[in-house]
Amino acid sequence: MNGNKTFNLDGRVIPFEDGDTIMDAALRAGEYIPHLCHNPEFTPHGSCRVCVVNANGEQISACTQPAEENMEVDNSSDEIVNDRRAILQMLFVEGNHVCPGCEKTGACQLQAVAYYTRMLSPHFTHFFPQRSVDASHADIAIDFNRCILCELCVRASRDVDHKNVFAIDGRGINSHLVINSPSGKLGDSSFAATDKAAHVCPVGAILPKHAAYESPIGERLYDRQPISVVGDVAANEQDEGQ
Amino acid sequence: MSIEELISRITTAANNQPGHLLQYLYEIQYQYSYVPQQAIHLLAKKLSLTESHIHGVIGFYSFLHDSPRGAYDILVSDSITDHMLGSRNLLDVLCTKLGVKPGIPRNDERVTVATTSCTGMCDQGPAMLVNGWAVTRLDESRIDNIAEFIESGTAVDQWPEAFFQVEDNIQRRDILLSDDTNDGDALRSFIDKGGDVIFEHIESSGLRGRGGAGFKTGLKWRFCKQADADQRYVVCNADEGEPGTFKDRVLLNAYADKVFEGMTICAGIIGASKGYLYLRGEYRYLRARLEQVIQKRREARLLGNNILGKDGFDFDIEIHMGAGAYICGEESSLIESLEGKRGIPRNRPPFPVTHGYRNKPTVVNNVETFMAAALIATHGSDWFRSVGTEQSSGTKLLSISGDCEKPGIYEYPFGASIQDILKDCGAADTQAVQIAGAAGFTIPPSEFERCIAFEDVSTGGSFMVFNQNRDLLDMVKNFANFFVHESCGFCTPCRVGCSLMKDLVNKVHSGHAGQYDINEMLNIGSLMISASHCGLGKTAPNPVLDTLKKFPQIYEKHLKHTSYEPAFDLDAALQDAREITGRDDAGAHLGTES
Repeated sequence: MNGNKTFNLDGRVIPFEDGDTIMDAALRAGEYIPHLCHNPEFTPHGSCRVCVVNANGEQISACTQPAEENMEVDNSSDEIVNDRRAILQMLFVEGNHVCPGCEKTGACQLQAVAYYTRMLSPHFTHFFPQRSVDASHADIAIDFNRCILCELCVRASRDVDHKNVFAIDGRGINSHLVINSPSGKLGDSSFAATDKAAHVCPVGAILPKHAAYESPIGERLYDRQPISVVGDVAANEQDEGQ
Repeated sequence: MSIEELISRITTAANNQPGHLLQYLYEIQYQYSYVPQQAIHLLAKKLSLTESHIHGVIGFYSFLHDSPRGAYDILVSDSITDHMLGSRNLLDVLCTKLGVKPGIPRNDERVTVATTSCTGMCDQGPAMLVNGWAVTRLDESRIDNIAEFIESGTAVDQWPEAFFQVEDNIQRRDILLSDDTNDGDALRSFIDKGGDVIFEHIESSGLRGRGGAGFKTGLKWRFCKQADADQRYVVCNADEGEPGTFKDRVLLNAYADKVFEGMTICAGIIGASKGYLYLRGEYRYLRARLEQVIQKRREARLLGNNILGKDGFDFDIEIHMGAGAYICGEESSLIESLEGKRGIPRNRPPFPVTHGYRNKPTVVNNVETFMAAALIATHGSDWFRSVGTEQSSGTKLLSISGDCEKPGIYEYPFGASIQDILKDCGAADTQAVQIAGAAGFTIPPSEFERCIAFEDVSTGGSFMVFNQNRDLLDMVKNFANFFVHESCGFCTPCRVGCSLMKDLVNKVHSGHAGQYDINEMLNIGSLMISASHCGLGKTAPNPVLDTLKKFPQIYEKHLKHTSYEPAFDLDAALQDAREITGRDDAGAHLGTES
């Protein structure tokens, strides 16, 4: 039977191979499951929980859950979409996400997934945390206000660049991204604009300098088509020149 | 000793293993009251780790700091039972006497006073830790003395011994605590009858994990034994962090041999040669004695190579210290912590029984489970099944604290009713029992006929009693704060949800909430249960959801009868301005009532 295994996602039959997660198989079959911390190039993380689905009656993260034969996966019921929207709203109030003033607007995965789940407001009380901006690097700026702790930069710098430029410090609501350099500044680290870690941020936290607004608002990645059609920011980077 | 010498000594003792990072940091912390930058730099070079990685580990554990705490680092236990015994007032008195604010080191770098999660001394609180050592039965006179010792620079080891006295307080014994077997009896039985027979006894005894989840111990061991690997590990979870639990403290103090023997039996069955006891940092005072027990067992050939002369039966145990992180009681977080990392729960599958410590098959069991296993090996499964219920064989140790005459350790056969237990511990006029700690359930009098059992009221052992004079919302608030402090921060629903929940509970508590806020709590709680990454996030909303259901009146009396109350508190927003101007008079405040 190997090679013919399938599960059902919102009534559609999805083939999968041994070792596939629900996310792997769904994306391959062209089914979009919203996600932020997931990037097919990296080991699944399961931290943002935006990809929550109901599989055989249990809510789990699609990016980490191995696919199983004949599994019934709900990716679109009101219940699932409501959960996702609330998780996104949590991410919005936890940081300082001011879309109209953000260079990444229109090409931001957090914003795009929020539109996709029909999020109309942040709903919860804003935390307004005091966070900083690090512009010490010649080519890349980091705005910690927008970091959603997906750890994609941590993983890319560790696993692909082999530089370990980033790490997470603190615990709980005080968890935060830190940079491995004597001053804690990006400019003092070994980070380079050509690093993989410079090209995986799903939000506007890690931004290239000297390229702001080269792509006008209205002509950006998600201005024309929804994220379910065009996919992740990282996968579109070259085409967009962002 | 210079920092270089200290680091050289501690890293050499552990063969420079990067996996021992947390243990190195723990030693350095208690040597210097913090981990100096120079130490981080040296460790990073020596272990080929980045400095930011080491900072990340320090930042994760409450007891580790990267700036000086001073010669006296005081942490007052902030559990609800400590509150009920007056800890908050004592904290204020101590802070006033020393001229400090909670959490902020004094300018002369002599002392820091802060709070910490439950230290496991609920039967003899209020309690504190000074430089990691437990101080019990605080009262105003002890606080006076402590303040004087600090001002006069009296070293902690010169403080009166009575301050550090920790009683076992065993109030009721059953088959476990009336144990009178000799050290090594279980192992002799294991060798005489053979591992297969003993394993059969463990499986047929129906023993289930005593940490609270109740997974069948025999099955866990079987999965681990069957996993394909060249090395396996046995880990004893002594990270007893659930507020109100202190039974492992007593077992490790009075029955350590039996616990280690249970670990050794497990090792013999699954084929492990190495075991770890992961001891919560709060039990620092137990460590030296436990090391002695391990050493004594090595000398008696109950640990080491060829145990009791049996060829190839090799097993040894090492103690690893936790450093203030409740999440490390979760088995995969515990394993991460054992590996010297931040205690973030792993994604599952794979499970620790196949991919655990160092990615090898690992059994993680509770202290009480290992002790029960040792006694089953000696007495057999029928003996064990003769007490308890069909689905919950054996006994359960309860840690009873709160409003009762005789707090302490009570061992009951499974199936004991809550009302009988309340009678035994001398509780009167009881409003509620909080079972299984902050992550557990609030039992009202109408349910006091229910029983302690996996099939009814399941608990790791925490049993906190609240009488009619208590405001249960104080408890809910305490637990909500606890979870904000203890959430690991990995997944969004728990990281953010705990904070949102805490703010809403405070809003109710301060009389600023309406029905809308109650609905918000229900929604956030339900999301946390369905979408969180691990058990912490899935149980963190329990105290709110359970009391909303069973004790709605504790909320209603605080509620404003409007449909919506803003979260923005105008007066609170002026706090920064008041601090800057040094004013706190009536004129610097807005009326709190509209």
